[in-house]
Amino acid sequence: MLQKSSSQKDTTNGYAQLAADVLARAKACGATEADIVVADGETLSVQVRIGAVDRLTKAREKRLGLRVFIGKRSATTSTSDFTKDSLERLVADTCALARAVVEDEVSGLPDVAQMATEQPSLDLYDETVVNTETQIDWAKRGEAAAFAADPRVTNSEGAEFDSSSGRVVLANSHGFVGSYKSSNFSLSVSPIATESGTEAMQRDSWYEVQRKFARLASAESIGQEAARRVIRRLGARKVATKRVPVVFDQETAGSLLANLCSAVSGYGLYKRASFLLDKMGQVVASDLMTVYDDGRMVGGLGSRPFDGEGLATRKNTIVERGVLKSYLLDTYSGKKLSLPSTGNASRSVGESPSVGPTNFYLVPGVKSPQEIIGSVKEGLYVTELIGFGINMVTGDYSRGASGFWIENGEITYPVEEITIAGNLKQMFKDLEVVGNDLVFRGRIASPTLKISEMMVAGN
Amino acid sequence: MLEPVQLAKFGVTELEAQHALDRLNVKDVDYADLYFESRTSESVSMEEGIVKRAAKGVSQGVGVRATAREKTGFAYSDELTKKDLEIAADTARYIANSPKGDSPAPVPTQRRPTRDLYPIERARAEVATADRVTLLNEIDAEARRYDPRIKNVMASFNTEYKVVAVATSDGALVGDIQPLSRLQITCIAEDRDNRQVGSFGGGGRVGFEFYREDNRHLSYAREAAREAILNLSAVDAPAGVMPVVLAGGWPGILLHEAIGHGLEADFNRKKTSAFSNLVGKRVASDVCTIVDDGTLPFRRGSLNMDDEGTPTSCTPLIEKGILRRYITDKLNARLMGIPLTGNGRRENYQSVVLPRMTNTFMLAGESDPQDIIRSVKNGLYAVSFGGGQVDITNGKFVFSASEAYLIEDGRITTPVKGATLIGNGPEILTKVSMVGHDLKLDNGIGTCGKDGQSVPVGVGLPTIKIDEITVGGTQR
Repeated sequence: MLQKSSSQKDTTNGYAQLAADVLARAKACGATEADIVVADGETLSVQVRIGAVDRLTKAREKRLGLRVFIGKRSATTSTSDFTKDSLERLVADTCALARAVVEDEVSGLPDVAQMATEQPSLDLYDETVVNTETQIDWAKRGEAAAFAADPRVTNSEGAEFDSSSGRVVLANSHGFVGSYKSSNFSLSVSPIATESGTEAMQRDSWYEVQRKFARLASAESIGQEAARRVIRRLGARKVATKRVPVVFDQETAGSLLANLCSAVSGYGLYKRASFLLDKMGQVVASDLMTVYDDGRMVGGLGSRPFDGEGLATRKNTIVERGVLKSYLLDTYSGKKLSLPSTGNASRSVGESPSVGPTNFYLVPGVKSPQEIIGSVKEGLYVTELIGFGINMVTGDYSRGASGFWIENGEITYPVEEITIAGNLKQMFKDLEVVGNDLVFRGRIASPTLKISEMMVAGN
Repeated sequence: MLEPVQLAKFGVTELEAQHALDRLNVKDVDYADLYFESRTSESVSMEEGIVKRAAKGVSQGVGVRATAREKTGFAYSDELTKKDLEIAADTARYIANSPKGDSPAPVPTQRRPTRDLYPIERARAEVATADRVTLLNEIDAEARRYDPRIKNVMASFNTEYKVVAVATSDGALVGDIQPLSRLQITCIAEDRDNRQVGSFGGGGRVGFEFYREDNRHLSYAREAAREAILNLSAVDAPAGVMPVVLAGGWPGILLHEAIGHGLEADFNRKKTSAFSNLVGKRVASDVCTIVDDGTLPFRRGSLNMDDEGTPTSCTPLIEKGILRRYITDKLNARLMGIPLTGNGRRENYQSVVLPRMTNTFMLAGESDPQDIIRSVKNGLYAVSFGGGQVDITNGKFVFSASEAYLIEDGRITTPVKGATLIGNGPEILTKVSMVGHDLKLDNGIGTCGKDGQSVPVGVGLPTIKIDEITVGGTQR
């Protein structure tokens, strides 16, 4: 069922030469510096619903992004058309745009000396080609396992198996050329359960993403976990408004860590739009919190050998035992804050670099989720958050939540249609227990966390 | 802008499109289409008083789709050669799992969209970068002039110019040119250690002159500055169940989240929506009449035709509290045997068509907005919101206020910090007891996300009173 594709000799698919040509053209057009990113990829996505194929999507894509500097002015453009005429027009347009904006003193490429000199293989690519029939089979087995797990699983939003692979080539007028390939394989299962009597429905899902096909958990185990998660939500009710301890499961704790990640992003900081402004070297969290961003984790979903500007990625300590140790920076935001880049430039093809995490995680503690729940006399175990009620400037936090009510250390009944509110500055300081269950399902990951007190609004 | 369909714009002949449709036309395929799209997007942005970024993106491609009963086969390509069309067609056809058909598809006949909701000439859609830069500079100055405590102004102006053509197996070849633009402003206010944010923006399928009419851009700047300064004095929001008055306009996001998504036909065909099987039933109080209307001129959510070539329409969703219609695309209308409403939309050629909202709003009622506020002893008055989200299946939705006030003894008093409101979609509108006569549509800033696809939408609302909803603040 599986096929191996033949390995290719030219690791850049000719894009290095294409980039060199465009850079030369930009120079002739008056650009003093420039960089270019070329990305291509293939995807195959299969969605199955109630045992039958619902949607099959197949695509190949490619895109080229160009950034030019004319002195201290810069502009960025992108196209999917790689013909000679189109690229010549692109270069001319970019230079014209750059001449139209205002000079920005700190703009420019990183210094030559900063460019990555080695490009380690981080084991990000799997040449396995999972064919259509195999993907359909995985999705069908995942969904079937959810249906088989419990008769109350009555419907399904489907199961989806996606595989994608792609290549990124980055080159700049310093002579830097970098390239890497990566792949992703994922299965998600989204069952719906119905409560007999009320006929009230609940939906939940479970998923896994891996760089290597062979590392995916079985379709059955993913389907069974999805069923377990949806069944436990049946019979959910509101609770009275009160202030209680709140335990965040891995998924929702990961969203808190994503909020921290935004707050330490250089762009929010120099714009004075972060609640962690001017806090470097200070205590910003409980001493139980240590956070790393590691761009070199082998096989990591956020790993890459060089960042969006061609700087070597590395492991940065963001928070150490509660003290803010580093922001996430690219060259531009670093210069605005008088700090060197941390190798966190993130580059989507059509835009100038911004800052993004690589593998951003909170170091696990020793307590199991069961022990953490057991430590709560009365409180909330949150398993899902919805809405956008987070103010990054002030840290004010108010989101829709669902999960389970804890009484005397035990989960009693599911709850929904409630909000949890507080302020992230205080919530990080109120971090009381860190779980031992760190698992990477994305580029940001956290173990289970307990916050000593938040306002839960319900009835 | 109306123009005859020119596949030549995409370097494709009608014969090649016909050939690709023929290839899709196998025994089990109910419907197939080719969606050609060319998009040019431009943006300029400013911060710290400098217009420091300008960007332009060009993309072009084709999405090829075949549907067989519930199944959809979909492929897309950024190459538009005859060979690429054939490969895409064969991938889409795979879904039907049957050999190539013998009978040819009907020859598509050229149609024009029946109306022109955004007659903007190309020349007026193209604006010199220097003019955009000037616009943003004036905004920065106006916001800072509003109050010296405004310490940073971030503004961006984005435009998109999209040319589309749809060739369908039911014999249509139809195209549209869809301009879209948006101006967005965010201000940071600082007073010693207190830092707050305020935002405002607007736009639509409008030309550049829209932003300068009556100095609209400057009024946006003042609004963003006003909200930031106001929030400097905001107190913590209350927590618990209370009456809430929503102001007109953008707070219509309530309708989008609480009922709009739940009425999209795909969720109802699959019976995964909290609104499944509720057509003809009461889901709102009798003062509530709600429509989805894609035919309003120049509006952000409007379209001459949807992305399957169907003219958009004004669809009654709820009439005097009774659920009337779901919004549909071709696949779901056919499978459910219900009317086609012209709501089949896609973000771009790389995404599949889904039933999506256009402009969703509640019609005006009879109450005086002042009386509505006076009728509340203690509650919340919410004027502006950030984003919202809904769980379609259990009906729970949230939306988060960015400007709100306490109502005490029938009077608007202290500004409160943003709080999330949470409710149950099929229930919440039954708690609407008063609807104002002051229907307002939003300014043209909404973007709706579904299945990872973003499309521009509009919302609207008169002032309304919700007798009780949970407010997620921090204070008892």
